[in-house]
Amino acid sequence: MAMAQSPFDLAPQGENAFARITHNVARVAEVSKPPRGWYIAFGIALSLLSVFGVSIGWLFWQGIGIFGNMNPVFWAMPIVNFVFWVGIGHAGTLISAILYLLRQNWRTAINRFAEAMTIFAVICAGIFPGLHVGRPWLPYWMFPLPNQMSMWPQFRSPLEWDVFAVGTYFTVSTLFWYMGMIPDFGTFRDRSTTKVRKMVYGLLAMGWRGSSRQWHRYERAYLILAALATPLVLSVHSVVSFDFATAQLPGWHATIFPPYFVAGAIFGGFAMVVTLAVPARQFFGLKRIITVGHLELMAKIILATGMMVGYAYSMEFFIAWYGGNDYEMFTFFNRALGPYAWSYWCMIFCNVVSPQVFWSKKMRTNPWVILGVGVLVNIGMWFERFVIVITSLSRDFLPSSWGYYKPTFWDFSLLAGSFGLFFTLFLLFCRYLPMVAMAEVKAFHPSAHGHGDEHH
Amino acid sequence: MSHHDDDLHGLLAEYETPSALVAACKKVRDAGYAKWDTFTPFPIHGIEKAMGIRMTGLPWIVLAAALVGLASAVGLQWWTNAVDYKFISSGKPMWSIPANVPVYFELTVLFSAFAALFGMLILNNLPQPSHPLDHLQAFGRVTDDRFFLYIEKGDAKFDLAETQRLLDGTHPVTVDAVNEDRRTSDQLPKPLVLTAAVIAVLALVPFAFIAKARATKTDKPKIHAMGDMDWQIKFQAQQPNPLFQDGMAMRAPEPGTVALDEHPDDEHLTAGKVDGQFVRTFPAGFKVDEATMARGKERYEIFCAPCHGMSGNGDGPVAQRAMTLAEGTWVPPTALGQDYLRQMAVGQLYDVVTNGVRNMPAYGSQLAVDDRWAVVLYLRALQKAKAAPVGELTDAERAALK
Ligand code: HEC
Repeated sequence: MAMAQSPFDLAPQGENAFARITHNVARVAEVSKPPRGWYIAFGIALSLLSVFGVSIGWLFWQGIGIFGNMNPVFWAMPIVNFVFWVGIGHAGTLISAILYLLRQNWRTAINRFAEAMTIFAVICAGIFPGLHVGRPWLPYWMFPLPNQMSMWPQFRSPLEWDVFAVGTYFTVSTLFWYMGMIPDFGTFRDRSTTKVRKMVYGLLAMGWRGSSRQWHRYERAYLILAALATPLVLSVHSVVSFDFATAQLPGWHATIFPPYFVAGAIFGGFAMVVTLAVPARQFFGLKRIITVGHLELMAKIILATGMMVGYAYSMEFFIAWYGGNDYEMFTFFNRALGPYAWSYWCMIFCNVVSPQVFWSKKMRTNPWVILGVGVLVNIGMWFERFVIVITSLSRDFLPSSWGYYKPTFWDFSLLAGSFGLFFTLFLLFCRYLPMVAMAEVKAFHPSAHGHGDEHH
Repeated sequence: MSHHDDDLHGLLAEYETPSALVAACKKVRDAGYAKWDTFTPFPIHGIEKAMGIRMTGLPWIVLAAALVGLASAVGLQWWTNAVDYKFISSGKPMWSIPANVPVYFELTVLFSAFAALFGMLILNNLPQPSHPLDHLQAFGRVTDDRFFLYIEKGDAKFDLAETQRLLDGTHPVTVDAVNEDRRTSDQLPKPLVLTAAVIAVLALVPFAFIAKARATKTDKPKIHAMGDMDWQIKFQAQQPNPLFQDGMAMRAPEPGTVALDEHPDDEHLTAGKVDGQFVRTFPAGFKVDEATMARGKERYEIFCAPCHGMSGNGDGPVAQRAMTLAEGTWVPPTALGQDYLRQMAVGQLYDVVTNGVRNMPAYGSQLAVDDRWAVVLYLRALQKAKAAPVGELTDAERAALK
């Protein structure tokens, strides 16, 4: 049997540029069968998701004794995973908010699914603090809810700031994402062929008909949300970095942490965007919308932010030496040459060395090279958090309590499982929601400004 | 298109390009129409001016929400950490603005974001389930690639022939008459109502369970969901621990440690003595008022009445039971109205409560300093009430005694 040709290999239909954009994006959600790659990816994602489910089940049954956490590494992989996922969740809002304010119009090709990625990453992140508290029926203690103990959370703690920062970030990103989709839901509704689709997308579109009087307020609201989300995105990872920076531990107690964490988050987030964008544009025939030009711009951002984190790594060493504090000096010496040196050099290779290939135009315009570097950077950013958390804790002030932390099987299965959750959500998003912001792409198309009025 | 005049809702012109639409807008605006709008697949640069749309008030709504958000963040942190539930952490002040800034910022942004989205929806009159334009096949392309201009019949300037001529002069693809929507039902779709109802009911279930758990008592032991959290391999306060010299797991505070409500320098307050003599006055700063008296009464009835009785006659339920058991070793609780106790210095009464006396146990570990004084105050009131001469009673009280 001959392999059926994927509908996505065909050129998009439509009598003008706008119609072709609509068709190119909407067909992803409209074809009766998604491409085969989607099924394979979804199958893998679902299996990983079940690994997540089983691991969480075992954790709840057995307690956090199944983790490798030990004395003195009380904070281990759950926190590493939390910071890793929150970091990934930064690119989306950065792309939609900061690049919007900076009038970087190329963002329209990728902002929607970068935002989706943000939301799913924050969901994954949010699960880990809930898991690592050990009493999974009590995480509501984190919220200021009146309770029978007449106790309130402690607002002078950075961990409590985290609850508010991550919670706000998740909520605002979701609002921003949803608002951006309203006009596109309208498009889906108007193209619906079945009653159910019409009802569901119609509900989501809330009766959007593209009135200019509505667009006016809509654009104002979008601008305001972008202006709010910009400082928000910077605040979130700063607050996450306070979890460490306000502690007295050498290796954590550093003023460079907030900007360093934010740069790392943008770096890791963009790496995740390209990791998702390259296969997505391939599977779904979106190469005309997410062009190599877009990928190249992201590669440049990865190169720039990669050097920022490289600078932060070396600045930490410099300050340790320049500050003249014995403990601090030891910590960094230990990082690069101690028992965890392998993780440190793995991080340096992935985060500092690998993006350097982007100096070459040939490399940064090759989607598969970009994908490869994207994956490496994701690995490197995970190791960055591992290095920060584990090396600093495993050898602190008292040599008598030093130890070597080894993650257990369940530590890894939870990490792998969280990828399952992330990809499951992401693949469902690709299939059922507008993956590209059609209205925004159209607005920046040359024919929207009267230049290219279709008279060829 | 044929139609009855009173069925008409408005006239819709369709354009192929944004520039054609913008040009048409200027004409309609200049002709002085008010009830008209344009519909486009994406926001069109400069159309606000061409249509004469004024700046929206949305930013003000957002600003107001931001201030409310900020105020709630201040209020929340102040009430919870500085007033209702004070506790010391790393010697930080109970109320310090710098430590609270992150939450100020986050809640300000959170409230503003909600206001931006919902303000936009409300000002835009969304959700708007139906519109007469929906029944026009061609209008379906408004979210795809076509641009529309719609003038409503309700406009004061609307005149079918005149308006038609105006629109025809703007080079539209077509001009259509749009009928009043008499087809769409004004009922919500049944499946929708049903789903919403089911979700609403299900959402209440967890709260119902919580409410039930709060309102009922059980004598079953608590559920140990995760054994290793409840039975941990660790030393607990009352257990022996060979690691320490005194062999106890519990570590007593260092000598000289001062707890929050301790005033080691104020002997009058904490010991009821000055220079080794029991004081005859309440400590300076101790407020003798209704509130303290009420507090004293409450504490007395909890901590003293079981033995000494509600009115201090030495006939509390513990004493009564001891009498019925008649075991012979029982020392009855003293009747508190006796003369020698009325003469006793308040400092000494305070000392009895704090350290106990002969067969009476000490209550210092269970009652805070202020509460002990409040109990003494109430005790004095009880003694005074017992010895009150008939002359000091009101008429009503005297009548009640007869
Ligand atoms: C467990 C029962 C019990 C409780 C509760 C109790 N007492 Fe007593 N109290 C006694 C007994 C018994 C005596 C007599 C002790 C003796 O003579 O050996 C006594 C004696 C006293 C005396 C006389 C002391 C003296 O020097 O003769 C005072 C005053 C007194 N109690 C006050 C209080 C106050 C105030 C409280 C509440 C904080 C209280 N008691 C709670 C059992 C109790």
